[in-house]
Amino acid sequence: MKVKVLFFAGLREQLGTGFEEIELPSGVSTVAALRSHLQSRGGAYEKAFSEKALVRAAVNQDMVGQSARINAGDEVAFFPPVTGG
Amino acid sequence: MKISVQREDFDLGLEVRNLSRESTSTGAVASFVGVVRDVPMVLEHYAGMTEREIARIVEEAKSRWQVMDCTVIHRHGELKPGDQIVLVAVASAHRGDAFAACEFVMDYLKTRAPFWKKEQRPEGARWVEARASDDDAAERWQDPVERGKRVG
Repeated sequence: MKVKVLFFAGLREQLGTGFEEIELPSGVSTVAALRSHLQSRGGAYEKAFSEKALVRAAVNQDMVGQSARINAGDEVAFFPPVTGG
Repeated sequence: MKISVQREDFDLGLEVRNLSRESTSTGAVASFVGVVRDVPMVLEHYAGMTEREIARIVEEAKSRWQVMDCTVIHRHGELKPGDQIVLVAVASAHRGDAFAACEFVMDYLKTRAPFWKKEQRPEGARWVEARASDDDAAERWQDPVERGKRVG
């Protein structure tokens, strides 16, 4: 299944991209699994999605936890803790 | 209710006057304006989600206090020291609800709305790191006993 993946702020700069369309391998159906999948790409991705990295996630523009499910066509966003206001 | 994420500056007086007009039973308007401190910055946000998240925070405030109307304006893009960055204004019948709802919206906005500040320092640009004290400020609203306390 295909999902849209967005990256913001420091994460976007670290990865050198703000948007990707990704074909997920079977079995990748949660935010945590997608995170591991991205980390397994190595290089900048490995560092950006390491267990130590503070990365927040949203699915279809709702803030979610790591166990949230992902469905085909979803918009999944990863970003650092927010600093507005 | 008005929610706006914009590059342009805003006029506090105008926004407060517009709020007060909404209802003749409005007896109090509390407002907060955040101002850029010390260094220029660029603000990035997640268009679409930002507006939704702010609307959700305002709805939560409405469920806790009597809120007749609310305006939230948050700027993005390039901002310099002294620039206004955020406005929260709440209209209610009485001041207690107006003050509390205004502070609640501001505290939650800082921890939930997808904005990121990048400071443009002379030694180079750097992303501002989230502060644990901001999480504490938002979390105290989860405990009714803590609601009256202020976080420095």
